[in-house]
Amino acid sequence: MGYAAHGIITMLLLDSLSKRYGALVVTDSFSFEVAQGEFVGILGPNGAGKTTLFNLIAGTVKPDTGTITFQSRDITREGAAARCRSGISRSFQIPHPFVGMTVFENVLVGATFGRKAEGSVDYAMQALELSGLSKKANQLAGSLPLLGRKRLELARALATEPRLLLLDEIAGGLTESECHELLDVLRQVHASGVTIVWIEHVVRALLSVAQRLVVVNFGKKIADGAPDKVMDSSEVKSVYLGEDALV
Amino acid sequence: MSTHHVTRSTMLSRFALVTAIALVVLLAAAPAWASTATLRLIGEVMIYLALASLWNLLAGYTGLVSVGQQAYVGFGGYMLFTLAIHAGMHPLAAIPAAGIAAALVSIPVAKLVFRLNGAYFAIGTWVVAEVFRLVFAQMSSLGGGSGSSLPITIMKEMAGSKAMRESLIYWAALMLGVGSVAFVYMLLRSRIGLALTAIRDSETASLSLGIAIPRIKLAVYVCVSAATAMVGSLIFLQKLRIAPDAAFSVNDWTVLVIFMVVIGGIGTIEGPIIGTILFFILREFLADLGSIYLMILGVLAIVIMVISPKGIWGLVSDRLGISLLPVGYRVETREDLR
Repeated sequence: MGYAAHGIITMLLLDSLSKRYGALVVTDSFSFEVAQGEFVGILGPNGAGKTTLFNLIAGTVKPDTGTITFQSRDITREGAAARCRSGISRSFQIPHPFVGMTVFENVLVGATFGRKAEGSVDYAMQALELSGLSKKANQLAGSLPLLGRKRLELARALATEPRLLLLDEIAGGLTESECHELLDVLRQVHASGVTIVWIEHVVRALLSVAQRLVVVNFGKKIADGAPDKVMDSSEVKSVYLGEDALV
Repeated sequence: MSTHHVTRSTMLSRFALVTAIALVVLLAAAPAWASTATLRLIGEVMIYLALASLWNLLAGYTGLVSVGQQAYVGFGGYMLFTLAIHAGMHPLAAIPAAGIAAALVSIPVAKLVFRLNGAYFAIGTWVVAEVFRLVFAQMSSLGGGSGSSLPITIMKEMAGSKAMRESLIYWAALMLGVGSVAFVYMLLRSRIGLALTAIRDSETASLSLGIAIPRIKLAVYVCVSAATAMVGSLIFLQKLRIAPDAAFSVNDWTVLVIFMVVIGGIGTIEGPIIGTILFFILREFLADLGSIYLMILGVLAIVIMVISPKGIWGLVSDRLGISLLPVGYRVETREDLR
């Protein structure tokens, strides 16, 4: 099927990707396509292999079989740093701040090494303001509480000037108004032309921005399509609510 | 509206820089005011300052804890002897040439030792240094195991009078000592420094933000090796004699250097400077005590490591929140009230 037939440009293409750790299959011949400018939400229970999927796309983990194509280029064997420079950026579910550096310096790393253009100081400042961290610019990242660290993950990812942004659970634990702020930021980033794939457990937040929903369980894609249809499908209900709910 | 402005220096750091420049000028004029013994002592301090700053860059900032830097000290020394005796090169010109040769040699060495991590890397570098020692001990043209001396004719070509030779060697030592600190400072303020600090805190995050970690580590390793070899070549130009055991001594060129960096403050630019000065003060007062002197050094190192893992400078800068040679970035926000 593919998007090409509809005149849509494919940003990312995963073709029967598999990854196993010993006997445990974490990604099971996973195929997945993201069009340029899309906003895709990924749902799935804990341990379904969602973060592994991001690790495979961002290059932190290499697949056993299958290929990854980004902007019509096979990047399966490329390292994480090279993938970031070519436009794939990710935030970590468990934040990895540079604890001994200030918040600004953290973001500056992304703006300096993740993009090709000049003017990294200004760009880092923009990313910091967009993610609402500019007041904490000179604070050591190690002193930030968890929410601040999650926000820093987002700021750093944005500072690399991504074409494809992979967000891994950044809304958990936010208050109602903080969540609204975050969604505004994401809408703004998306409107500027960035393709976004977002793994999130806060379903309500995810549904308010995602144009398409993919559900993952046991390393397999079990549903893929318009959010309302996916949420209505019996397979998704059985994963989330248990078999009994269907009776 | 608010505008942002990024600064990289403070009032204190500008003051420190001016003081440092004044001090360097004073030291450069030392041949005019100091006795030969003082000149030699300052020269030796400068040589250790260079070794300590370079080792700190490698271990404290790049995470490459090498205990085999004597490989490059000895290599540099032997290169100088080879180039001066067998190629007729001017001894002072042989110093940078030795650096270039070491840079070339360090690339295949890096390919080998970079396969090892942590403690294995440390042991691997030591083994490489031992291999260097054994190789040079086999070279009969360089005197084999008993070593060789630099002919006096070569020294006379360098400068006619003994005083002038002493001064030249002193200035070279000053250049290498001050140059190493300046090199480390400027490198850490550059984008490579930003990358190194990031790598120190999280390799995973560094990779996913686009930092090519292996390339940066290799670049630092090659630069440090080249500079260490230049220091080594100067050490043996001053000694006029080289032999494998002295050239590749782990105690003289690595253990003492680690001591200085650790007590001064690893992973800070100021630390190796303080550590080097403190070491020489201790040596001047305690060297007569023989082996008790070494025990005192050992106890001191352990006490400082327990009290303050970031050394004396770490303790001072944490307490006072200051940095004399800052490498970071400070964002200043100015409210624009128009």
